[in-house]
Amino acid sequence: MAQITLNALSRETEDITAAYTAAGGDAAVLHNHGLASLVVSGNKVLSANGTEGIVLEKKETEYGVDIKMTIKKGYKIPLPVHLCFGLVPKDGIQEIKMDFVAEEDSAVELIAHCTFPNAEKVIHKMDAEMVIGKNASLKYTETHFHGPYGGIQVLPKAHIKIEEGGSYYTNFSLISGRVGYLEFDYSVDAEKDSICEMVTKVYGKADDKIKILERISLNGENARSVIKSRLAITDNAESMFRGITEGHAPRARGHVDCMEVIQGNAKAEAVPIVRVDNPLAKVTHEAAIGCVDKKEVETLMARGLEEDDAIDIIVKGMLA
Amino acid sequence: MSRDGKKILRGINLEVGDREIHSIIGANGAGKSTLAYTLMGLQGYEHEEGSIIFNGEDVAVLSITERAKKGITLAWQEPARFEGLKVRDYLAIGARGNGGITEEEIKEALRKVDLKPEKYLSREVGEALSGGERKRIELASIITMKPKLAILDEPDSGIDVVSLKEIVSLIRTLKENGSSVLVITHREEIAAASDKASLMCEGVILRSGDPLEISEFFKNRCIPCDNRVSPPKVV
Ligand SMILES: Nc1ncnc2c1ncn2[C@@H]1O[C@H](COP(=O)(O)OP(=O)(O)OP(=O)(O)O)[C@@H](O)[C@H]1O
Ligand SMILES: [Mg+2]
Repeated sequence: MAQITLNALSRETEDITAAYTAAGGDAAVLHNHGLASLVVSGNKVLSANGTEGIVLEKKETEYGVDIKMTIKKGYKIPLPVHLCFGLVPKDGIQEIKMDFVAEEDSAVELIAHCTFPNAEKVIHKMDAEMVIGKNASLKYTETHFHGPYGGIQVLPKAHIKIEEGGSYYTNFSLISGRVGYLEFDYSVDAEKDSICEMVTKVYGKADDKIKILERISLNGENARSVIKSRLAITDNAESMFRGITEGHAPRARGHVDCMEVIQGNAKAEAVPIVRVDNPLAKVTHEAAIGCVDKKEVETLMARGLEEDDAIDIIVKGMLA
Repeated sequence: MSRDGKKILRGINLEVGDREIHSIIGANGAGKSTLAYTLMGLQGYEHEEGSIIFNGEDVAVLSITERAKKGITLAWQEPARFEGLKVRDYLAIGARGNGGITEEEIKEALRKVDLKPEKYLSREVGEALSGGERKRIELASIITMKPKLAILDEPDSGIDVVSLKEIVSLIRTLKENGSSVLVITHREEIAAASDKASLMCEGVILRSGDPLEISEFFKNRCIPCDNRVSPPKVV
């Protein structure tokens, strides 16, 4: 029996590794013991590798994994930590709970690939509670790779607290394959002198539905933030963007920037909301929805590209 | 050619020879850019009558892409910006039609417009470039495309005076590489480097000929507009 389990596991490892590679990940890093990494397929932890300064605890649950990751005080992790979450079968549920703490003066970069290459009926839920300690820094990029079927719900939800002098940079991208249904819900509390940058890039096709809700509360003096969203939707896809920034403290500075390109019968709505209750705070916003710029298209056509290829290059550039 | 019911080009008769540098001069609003857009076939600038014969073939009914594939291209007076598109990739696009391009050829094109390749190759053709930098990259993209007819709409505008020499030498390079160049310009230096020039006024080509003569005529007789010598004949 043990033998069979082992075989089953190694096949799963192979499958998820292949999916990880398809999602743009470099599989070699997952097997390099000098690098911290975590691979979760469905509710199984296929590999977990911590390095000095990183405490990694994980617990398999019915539908997923509870993860607790702590970057110890003062540790600046020199190389990025690679995370891979995924589900290779065409149906299933994956619930990831993530408890992340970057202790005072620590720094780390997390690179996550989420891959669902065959999804027809898949739910991927992520619930994260993150604390960026005093003067600590977290850079978090999450790249999704979904298959061509669209039968997937992606529900990432996170609350991030950035303590004094801390910095948090996040980039969420879902460009390859179908989006399915995405409900992205991040909220940030930013304290004195902290910095927050949140970038989302999504390409919706067919009947994909995209909901993006981002909220940043600039609670501390001199806290600064940018919300930047780039959405392209085509066919019958729909998108709804809400970017909220609140300035509650002197010299808090925030900006919300949403740019969307629509084609076909796609429908887009963008609502930047700025709230300020401190006269010394300043929050600005810009939002634009439109078709692809005509001059850009004609320029590429005048270099010999067909109209569709020109549009494709422009949209991909915007999402790059 | 009309825009919003207003006739902008009327009875244009213009001939550009093989490997000829032909400059178009004329006052602001004369219709020079409109002529360039009509030749390229941009949306909203479809011609109404007559023909545009290119290499013996009427291209007036062809799309922009089809004209470009035949070797016609245009550098805009104010070039578009492309968020997220790298200079390297932008310059390679025009060369797709002639079997691609090497990194070295891309660098060479940037040097031709006096931009250091190592500084620009990986930059975005976006907001972060200055107007003049963007114009130079536009010209570099014409070089890499190796067109048969390059239509350059004021390649000199927004370019510092010191660099004017380079623009002139670039136009000559295009010619040496086998292109005909139709260049719209307000600069005498560029007119002087041309083989031929045409003067445009109120949507008509008033006269074509020796660039220095045309240039002199424009300076002395057209400003202020002298109706006695330039009564544009409505066709
Ligand atoms: N969309 C439009 N609708 C109406 N009139 C237009 C339109 N576009 C251009 N025009 C008019 O056509 C005339 C020619 O414009 P054009 O841009 O071709 O001039 P130009 O010779 O290139 O001038 P410049 O030297 O300033 O670049 C102008 O009078 C302009 O106002
Ligand atoms: Mg003009």
